[in-house]
Amino acid sequence: MQKRHLDEELRILTTDLLKMAALVEDAIHNSTEALKKKDKELAEVTICADKKIDELENIVEERCIDLFALFQPVAIDLRFIATAIHINAELERMADLAVNICQRAMELPEQSAVKALADISKLSDIAKTMVKKAIDAFVDRNEELAQEVILTDKEANRLRNDIIRELVYDHMAKDGSVVPRTIPLLLAARDLERICDHACAIAEDVIYMIRAKVVKHHRELL
Amino acid sequence: MQGTAMKNEKFLNATSIFRSQATTQTSSKSVRGESASPVKKNIKIKVESFNFYYGNTWALKNIQIAIKENNVVGIIGPSGCGKSTFLRCINRMNDIIKNTRAEGFIYIDGKNIYEKDQDVVTLRRDVGMVFQKSNPFPKSVFENVAYGLRINGVKDQRVIAQKVEKSLKDAAIWDEVKDRLSDSPFSLSGGQQQRLCIARALAIEPRILLLDEPASALDPIATSKVEELIHQLKKEYTIIIVTHNMQQAARVSDFSAFFMMGELIEYDATSKIFTNPSNKITEDYVTGRFG
Repeated sequence: MQKRHLDEELRILTTDLLKMAALVEDAIHNSTEALKKKDKELAEVTICADKKIDELENIVEERCIDLFALFQPVAIDLRFIATAIHINAELERMADLAVNICQRAMELPEQSAVKALADISKLSDIAKTMVKKAIDAFVDRNEELAQEVILTDKEANRLRNDIIRELVYDHMAKDGSVVPRTIPLLLAARDLERICDHACAIAEDVIYMIRAKVVKHHRELL
Repeated sequence: MQGTAMKNEKFLNATSIFRSQATTQTSSKSVRGESASPVKKNIKIKVESFNFYYGNTWALKNIQIAIKENNVVGIIGPSGCGKSTFLRCINRMNDIIKNTRAEGFIYIDGKNIYEKDQDVVTLRRDVGMVFQKSNPFPKSVFENVAYGLRINGVKDQRVIAQKVEKSLKDAAIWDEVKDRLSDSPFSLSGGQQQRLCIARALAIEPRILLLDEPASALDPIATSKVEELIHQLKKEYTIIIVTHNMQQAARVSDFSAFFMMGELIEYDATSKIFTNPSNKITEDYVTGRFG
């Protein structure tokens, strides 16, 4: 197999995406920790770290555009770079959602619904695992792993629903005064579930990259 | 790429193509491309079990392909793979090369052009050809285009003038040469000379146009004019273009055929060949992993 200049460029692109994914995983972890521990300082640090992710997003996007212009990639190279552009945007969006969670953490009063917080922590673990697996599926071109990510989304949805149900029926419906301290948790649960949706979108892009079949909005093709 | 693995890959791909077409075939033979497009168009050229030899060299090996009317087909592949040989078989230009032999069938509009009763002059009138290097005759611009008409017995000057103008317009060069019709074609730029040759081929109203690397010696602007011309011409003609420039094949053709070592490895919609080729060998070639 002939070694190409493009292969080196694709390796650099993969490394940048891996860096970005690691930063996003940290952001998800730290935002949930800030929420759980009501740690405003950690929330602020995490919000500041988002700038680095934004910068990396621009670098990756420019690199992808350069590769299109300079190498006119086709076949698997084309699908790889097109997928990288999508993943880049999804990762950046995940980081923004982590910033949202940090902002909820800063709004959260001292006493909060304990069970919901435990479930949010579980949801955060699921989100981190989904992100990691989706990126691993991209790097290893592993379709099975990508499918696993998509299947896990149901679990994330169920957990988000449980959290919302608990907060609305067990807390807000019974005592209107708890609304200010439950709303941030409710929104955080929604943000985490959206992060899982973005991980699913990455997994769908990875399947496109491997199979050249668009499964987005067509789960029956999985 | 190892020989055995390559053969297995090719065999699997070929059998799957034939299997997928089995239900739509009326003929006993399977020809790639016959059912590849959802748009119903007539088959203009059908090649079946076609082999070509230069002496003992087996240059084309069991080629099967069906080309639809008003399609542009790009032929790609490494040097020496048989692209130009295949192109020249479609108007029997290889007949003039000594010690060559063709076996099999090439049908144009249902008639086998390798039948003994095929008039080769008529065939070459129906199947026009433009070569890599523009080759205008040492006559005026006007006479270059009129030449084919005159040798085909057209004598009416008015008809000749009309057809010359139409051909030059169809070849998108009329505006550039309308005031220079008496000039020598060698005063034109390379791109203009190539479009003049295309106009000359169009003047005798062929049904099929064969282009052998028509833009390889042209600058990007002239290349883009020739490509735009191909896009316009496909409304009236079936076009087969041999090109080394894969981006050009991707831009201008509806279908692409990848040849290697005399074999047709893959024939499919161009978008499929360049985004998700079925055959690993095609993918390695289009992505530049071998060459």
